[in-house]
Amino acid sequence: MSARVLVGVKRVIDYAVKIRVKPDRTGVVTDGVKHSMNPFCEIAVEEAVKLKEKKLVKEVVAVSCGPQQVQETIRTALAMGADRGIHVEVSGKDYETLGPLQVSKILAALAKKEQADLIILGKQAIDDDCNQTGQMTAALLDWPQRSPEDGTFASEVNIEADKLKVVREIDGGLETIKINLPAVVTADLRLNTPRYATLPNIMKAKKKKIANVKPADLGVDVSSRLEVLKVDEPPQRQAGVKVETVHDLVGKLKEAGRI
Amino acid sequence: MSAVCGSLSRSRAAVRCLCSRAAAEAHHDVIRPAFPPLQSFSEEESMMRDAVKKFAQERIAPFVSKMDEDSVMDADVISALFEQGLMGIEIGAEYGGTGSSFFSSILVIEELAKVDPSVSVLCDIQNTLINTLLTNLGTEEQKQHYLPRLASDTVGSFCLSESESGSDAFSLKTKAEKHKDYYIINGSKMWISNAEHAGVFLVMANAEPAAGYRGITCFIVDRHTDGLHIGRKENKLGLRASSTCPLTFDNMKVHEKNILGKVGHGYKYAIGMLNGGRIGIAAQMLGLAQGCFDHTVPYTRQRVQFGKRIFDFQGMQHQIAHVATQLEAARLLTYNAARLKEAGRSFIKEACMAKYFSAEVATLTTSKCIEWMGGVGFTKDYPIEKYYRDCKIGAIYEGTTNIQLSTMAKMIDQEYDG
Repeated sequence: MSARVLVGVKRVIDYAVKIRVKPDRTGVVTDGVKHSMNPFCEIAVEEAVKLKEKKLVKEVVAVSCGPQQVQETIRTALAMGADRGIHVEVSGKDYETLGPLQVSKILAALAKKEQADLIILGKQAIDDDCNQTGQMTAALLDWPQRSPEDGTFASEVNIEADKLKVVREIDGGLETIKINLPAVVTADLRLNTPRYATLPNIMKAKKKKIANVKPADLGVDVSSRLEVLKVDEPPQRQAGVKVETVHDLVGKLKEAGRI
Repeated sequence: MSAVCGSLSRSRAAVRCLCSRAAAEAHHDVIRPAFPPLQSFSEEESMMRDAVKKFAQERIAPFVSKMDEDSVMDADVISALFEQGLMGIEIGAEYGGTGSSFFSSILVIEELAKVDPSVSVLCDIQNTLINTLLTNLGTEEQKQHYLPRLASDTVGSFCLSESESGSDAFSLKTKAEKHKDYYIINGSKMWISNAEHAGVFLVMANAEPAAGYRGITCFIVDRHTDGLHIGRKENKLGLRASSTCPLTFDNMKVHEKNILGKVGHGYKYAIGMLNGGRIGIAAQMLGLAQGCFDHTVPYTRQRVQFGKRIFDFQGMQHQIAHVATQLEAARLLTYNAARLKEAGRSFIKEACMAKYFSAEVATLTTSKCIEWMGGVGFTKDYPIEKYYRDCKIGAIYEGTTNIQLSTMAKMIDQEYDG
């Protein structure tokens, strides 16, 4: 199979970090905070590498949009087994306002440029939880899109003839879906367990190439249609109140104006 | 090309300054001052450290308590170390190794020690002692035969100490008698780490007792050699998952092609390699102390007494800050000694300082951590008491603290010779 897979990887604040809102309420604190690859993207990379090991695809290309630092994220994908990387340079204000619509335009343009047969993305990013990029990319390319997980137990992704075969567990048993390639697949949590980057692979990753590209080169306008007005912490949980009888409960609810 | 010399050019090129994450993020170009802070790592070193950190948390941490209790290293843990490429860090890719640098080994040893110092020492001995000796002294044939195995599935042991010779290593009594093209080795060794799992042993024996220590020769001995007996492992206070066994050699026949380096030069090789190994132990003690500290501080921030967090009491704050300072100092001594070695500069005094100091800091840190944890620090349900037991060996093995201090003093004396 001569298929080429494009995998999107996003650099996000590490899942274990305690998030704090900036004092000016324009966003969250990112300076000096640990970042890593979005966990859903790790699963996407793993799936792509597995397809390559099964000899169903020929090349895995890792893509990330952002400033200089996203190269670390691309290198991690290379250390997991991707063949080469593409860094789409977006920085400063543009990066702060970069969202699914712009990213999907970039991915669509790259997919055409690189003649990709398959795009695998994480279902969502743990920072904005949008769950939109996969769907938008597919729409822009007019390709089918599927999440092999879709909230049910882990399954298999395979390529047979020119179709993508996806098996997933549903309540009644197993469902097998075939979709035409080229296609977009979004990976959910239970699709696979991402491998560790072994030390020898980290060394090998150093020799793999990362190409630099600007959104303008792809004919994409990254200006945002959305403006963030403010960002707040979730409200603090208040202590509850215990009541003795149903009568008291009704009384309290009336007091609070709930009924 | 020797891994030590090769890493000189690699490390100079690779020590890029990732000064601080904050600075790097504030300016999109990474700042590169002429003299980066000691805690600067190349991208490769950072990636390795993060990979090992994650690996240790997920694949080793769950087994630590049981391995300590049973005094047995889990076989899956050992194979996972090999799979991850952690047992052949400096072995060249042409021999199936990872092809990285000494400093990377140090970072790996430190990260492993944060989770389990026993696993860390297994990795340390393999990388800093066994692999280094074979890479630097082995004939091409020996390297082809042993390095790929050491990188993929074979644990090594280094055999120098005997029941009557510890610090006084060169008074060792194990003899090697030459007969035509082989040697007959008789004697015994004690305190041999990794012996339970080792597939290959580097045995120091004297081939010319009349020449005193100048007869000491290093022999490469495979596990299943006739006459090699591995004794019952010691029941130890700490580092229990690391096997420590006596060995006996009973008319053990070893071919002369299994001599590493030259006859009678073994003492030199031992000293040379232990100088580097010292930095490995410094990294192990550092990781141990840091791991213990990292388990303890969150507890002090949660535990409330007299209406406030125990962390908020000034007495506690001062103690915690003091220990944190010692940890930072130990880290800088260790990293600097490692960078000096990589740069091909003189590093023996600094290596002694790093090992001596890290062992002391480990003792201080673990002892204090138990106090800060109070009653729960004293129970086996919490990991703290294990670190306390594990740290003590740091002042003893691979050169006791007294030996380190004497070595340093000798060098200081020479410095003032003028």
